[in-house]
Amino acid sequence: MKLKGKLPVMMLVVMAAVSGISMPLASANEELIAKGKEISFDRKKGNCLTCHQIAGGTLMGNIGPPLIAMKARFPDKAKLRADIWDMTKRNPHTMMPPFGKYGVLTDSEIDAVTEFVHSL
Amino acid sequence: MKKVILIVLAAGLSLGVGPAFATTQAEDIAALKAYFAERWPNIKDEDMVNGAYSLSEDKRINWESMRDFPPYEDHLAIGEEIWNTPFKNGNTWASCFGDDPSTIRNRFPHWNARDKKVETLEGNIIQCQKANGEEPFKAKKGKIAYFSAWLASQANGQTINVVVPQDDPDAVAAYEAGRQFFYAKRGQLNLSCADCHVYQSGLYARGNLLSPARGHTTHFPVWRGKWARSGGDGFGTLHRRYGGCNSQVRAKSFKAHGEEYSNLEYFHASMSNGLTIEAPDYRE
Ligand code: HEC
Ligand code: HEC
Repeated sequence: MKLKGKLPVMMLVVMAAVSGISMPLASANEELIAKGKEISFDRKKGNCLTCHQIAGGTLMGNIGPPLIAMKARFPDKAKLRADIWDMTKRNPHTMMPPFGKYGVLTDSEIDAVTEFVHSL
Repeated sequence: MKKVILIVLAAGLSLGVGPAFATTQAEDIAALKAYFAERWPNIKDEDMVNGAYSLSEDKRINWESMRDFPPYEDHLAIGEEIWNTPFKNGNTWASCFGDDPSTIRNRFPHWNARDKKVETLEGNIIQCQKANGEEPFKAKKGKIAYFSAWLASQANGQTINVVVPQDDPDAVAAYEAGRQFFYAKRGQLNLSCADCHVYQSGLYARGNLLSPARGHTTHFPVWRGKWARSGGDGFGTLHRRYGGCNSQVRAKSFKAHGEEYSNLEYFHASMSNGLTIEAPDYRE
């Protein structure tokens, strides 16, 4: 299943390499965003939809604010990452799990999620 | 949104709903009632027995149609049969609980001053079996739930009144331990019972409307659609639910009818004091 999903991407990469078109930087970023989306929606990973409305999600909760216009709310991506890493720093009573601090997600998973959320 | 949540939390704390204050049982209940009354001025206190279904018209309609044909009638009949079946040694359940089944459910949970511990109905059912040389029921589902549900159904309409003897420091300490358990953040997801069932109750976690803690214990054991779908018959005890709510935040769950959950039940059932028993019930 996983391989199937990845094949077209790999083919594109190969085709791009063969045809001598250099991969624009944006597509590496897009891959990270896609990975971040997958982690965010995965019930066993970020499961952000439990609490947040996110474009493309289903059965979403409303405990936290909808994640929209994130670039406007977080011009500084590092601040966004810090919130996802450990929201209790800003609000000790928060419902939001400290995804980084408590090891719910790994560093690289949080990077991907941050990239995804920042794109919303 | 963030502001709203902070205000709600602040309101909760200022009303004394929270662990930061040393308060008595009576003060806790009054504060909780006031808190929910302020949140939902249109919902009557007695409607809190209906949990999430008192908060959403849509959910309520669905639930009412489920209740028209209760899926648990046969199990209640098994529960009654259990009550009527003597032990191998010739004793009956009445030897442990007295012979009027309608007087049993509402005696629990209670403080046992001699053994210095909280007793729960299901814990005492198991204790009674052991004392009579019977193989005890499994702790959280199956026959124990049918039996407990039938006993609860015999007590329907009675007013819950969990008593914490204020002059017994051990009883107060057990209640306090339950209170701490309820308000403490726990698990890898760092959530307390109160996060979901006090501060954010009425909001949705995914598709689940979070029920208020007041009214939580009035209708247990419950028959849950989710439990039925996971391969069982749907019935489960309160401590089964505790285990589920603990493990969904990736926290350790505790032994049914052990000290932690019994103390939790002591506090948690107190939160429903003044409401009536309406058991068993259907939950999605
Ligand atoms: C159990 C509930 C819950 C879950 C799960 C959750 N959040 Fe949150 N989130 C909140 C709440 C509540 C807030 C509001 C901030 C506060 O509590 O102080 C929030 C705030 C945020 C904010 C800040 C928004 C702003 O404008 O200030 C971001 C960004 C965020 N969450 C991202 C995420 C991501 C990404 C995930 C999943 C990896 C996630 N959240 C999972 C409850 C949750
Ligand atoms: C992450 C959120 C969350 C946490 C934390 C949580 N619960 Fe729940 N709980 C739920 C959901 C969702 C349901 C099902 C919907 C409902 O009835 O609220 C539920 C249902 C219940 C019910 C059944 C309510 C009914 O009407 O039958 C009880 C009792 C309960 N929880 C007790 C607890 C206790 C005690 C704790 C702490 C040990 C706890 N919960 C922690 C989410 C949570």
